[in-house]
Amino acid sequence: MATTLADDLRPLHHPHSWVTKYVWSQDHKVIAIQYSCTAIGIGLVALVLSALMRLQLGFPGAFPAIQPDNYLQFVSMHGMIMVVYLLTALLLGGFGNYLIPLMIGARDMVFPFVNMLSYWFYLLSVIVLVAGFFVPGGPTGAGWTLYPPQAISEGTPGHQWGIVTMLVSLAIFVAAFTMGGLNYVTTVLQARTRGMTLMRMPLSVWGIFTASVMGLLAFPALFVAAIMMLFDHLAGTSFFMPTMQSMGAITPTQGGSPLLFQHLFWFFGHPEVYIVALPAFGIVSDLISVHARRNIFGYRMMVWAIVIIGALSFLVWAHHMYVSGMNPYFGFFFATSTLIIAIPTAIKVYNWLLTLWRGDIHLRVPMLFAIAFIFTFIHGGLSGLFLGNVSVDVPLSDTFFVVAHFHMVMGVSPILVIFGAIYHWYPKIFGRMWNDSLGKMHFWITFIGVYAIFLPMHYLGILGVPRRYYALGQADFIPPSVHLANEWISIAALIVFCAQGLFFYNMIWSLFRGPKADPNPWGAASLEWQTPDTPPAHGNWGPHLPTVYRWAYDYSVPGAPRDFIPQTEPREPEPRA
Amino acid sequence: MTILARLTEKSWEPGAQPVERERPSAGTVGTLAYFGVATVMFTLLVAAYLMRMGLHGGGDHVHDWKPMPDPPLLWINTLVLIASSLAWEGARRTHRGGAAIMGAALGMVFLAGQLLLWRHYQAAGYYLSANPANAFFYLLTALHGLHLMGGLVAAGRALAAANMRNIALCALYWHFLLIVWLVLAVLLLST
Repeated sequence: MATTLADDLRPLHHPHSWVTKYVWSQDHKVIAIQYSCTAIGIGLVALVLSALMRLQLGFPGAFPAIQPDNYLQFVSMHGMIMVVYLLTALLLGGFGNYLIPLMIGARDMVFPFVNMLSYWFYLLSVIVLVAGFFVPGGPTGAGWTLYPPQAISEGTPGHQWGIVTMLVSLAIFVAAFTMGGLNYVTTVLQARTRGMTLMRMPLSVWGIFTASVMGLLAFPALFVAAIMMLFDHLAGTSFFMPTMQSMGAITPTQGGSPLLFQHLFWFFGHPEVYIVALPAFGIVSDLISVHARRNIFGYRMMVWAIVIIGALSFLVWAHHMYVSGMNPYFGFFFATSTLIIAIPTAIKVYNWLLTLWRGDIHLRVPMLFAIAFIFTFIHGGLSGLFLGNVSVDVPLSDTFFVVAHFHMVMGVSPILVIFGAIYHWYPKIFGRMWNDSLGKMHFWITFIGVYAIFLPMHYLGILGVPRRYYALGQADFIPPSVHLANEWISIAALIVFCAQGLFFYNMIWSLFRGPKADPNPWGAASLEWQTPDTPPAHGNWGPHLPTVYRWAYDYSVPGAPRDFIPQTEPREPEPRA
Repeated sequence: MTILARLTEKSWEPGAQPVERERPSAGTVGTLAYFGVATVMFTLLVAAYLMRMGLHGGGDHVHDWKPMPDPPLLWINTLVLIASSLAWEGARRTHRGGAAIMGAALGMVFLAGQLLLWRHYQAAGYYLSANPANAFFYLLTALHGLHLMGGLVAAGRALAAANMRNIALCALYWHFLLIVWLVLAVLLLST
């Protein structure tokens, strides 16, 4: 029996008690908030770790509590938490869950029970991850890439237990993501309301949808790699473990291929960059369009660019492995495919700029973050062109240039979008407005701060300052200016770190004291702002699903009574003479 | 409307309201999407298998890959899984719960057979850590077995609810796992 609309898919699961409403909830909005709070919570742990790292790098030796082992553990946990447990979970589990059903006009995800399981598996993965801090030897210090053989060899911090909790946690996370991702993809394909064609969906949905498909196809690689390394570590197999001499004795493993792990890891790891970036691309397109009161420039091209970037990102993974000793012809192929990705990405950047061009730009807090994203993303994207070339990458490999590049392009950029998105959708999610001045203060300190942090790192990298080093010590190629730059970066980082307090204060203050929000405070045309209740009630749409008559970007249409036309407004039969 | 026509729609132009078409059920789409996930996972494992097999050991350049022997039980298990899949296909076509129960039972027999196979290899000294070929064998069969167990849970739920649509999905899932197993069996037997 085939169905046409979300309405007849299944009766809604109605919560009966406080527990089924807020804890074991199957409502996509509650699950989204659960996902977001957990992700932000674990993200704060990673933020603290980065502050500790900066304390050590800026003022080496001043904090005897930070030992070399600790430093490596901070690096590893910071990276893994930020990439997987914060960004992926927040953008897909948080925003994906909240926005998909509301933006396509569905009552909920198509598999609400699986959606709930997805969150609880995610929470379990976070708990196992955090358990790594308390096992003997502490968490793994192998770097977020967890390369064997060092990740499970003596001498690496956490090589006994820390790595086990990390790998188990990742395997659970992949299971959680798969359950969520199947939901997001199926919901977009199956539960769109009447009139919501694929090309009438807002770009946020396109970004989240494409990223979910990519996640479904990329995370199995991480899963396989994690399981195989667990086998190597716990059962003594040699998938990845080569013949080694460790502490003067030959290890029982032999013949394994560390390179095999790197291929598996980056087959996941590179698409992962775009799993984080594509939802950010989509969301930022919507923020720019709404707050510039202009339709997004080149909507179709934007959709195609998202899809093409998603497809190409599966063909570039080995550009993370130029110095791994693989065949140089591989390097040539991967450099070429890497540079080709710049084309659809540049199309997107031009289209954002052209959307702003002659727009009626309202510099509200979400818009400030969206414009800041364009800066940081162009910046990080351009340094990516350097690193994509084999001959330029080799000397820059494992230096602070790489750190600066990926923090700009996939750390700062998506985080700025996340901030913008939270400021933008908070009035719908909780029905309250934020304090604007605090928001602007938070924005300017964060935006200028990240440049103060990451711009000097490019300079450090070009000098050859290596990453992942506990202390630089005495080396001829390291001039005194490096130490000064490191101090400066650390101070800037601590200021940005403290400034995030403004964001959290504002969020909590607004929840209780913020002025009541209008149902559509920004005058947005997309469906989620047209719900009968604010915040949307269980089932989202009241007795009848909305019908969609137009795309999501009818802003400043000549002759229209307002400067936006909601997607639910029927078209007039013929233009009047 | 073809997918190309959908993706080239000029949604900013005033156009006629699209005609609502019948969509396949969410369960079907979700199951097919999961096939994508599992296909990638097993494909990567096969790629890793082939890559590891082609490698030489350590610095002494000794080929460390020692293939496992092919016991008759492997063939018997394969036949059981084929029979199981056929029973599910019967259930899907005739809408009879009995055939589905038969399919699920044969699936359990297959799992028991795989366990026997493990014990057989263990008894013959083919331990997990002794050789990468053994490690891949145990890893691949374990992951395939786990997928089949998941299928048994889904089948149990579908049978308990007498949900014919989900029973059809179970049949589809069984065929998928059969294809995966045939690929794995060819790989294990030929190397």
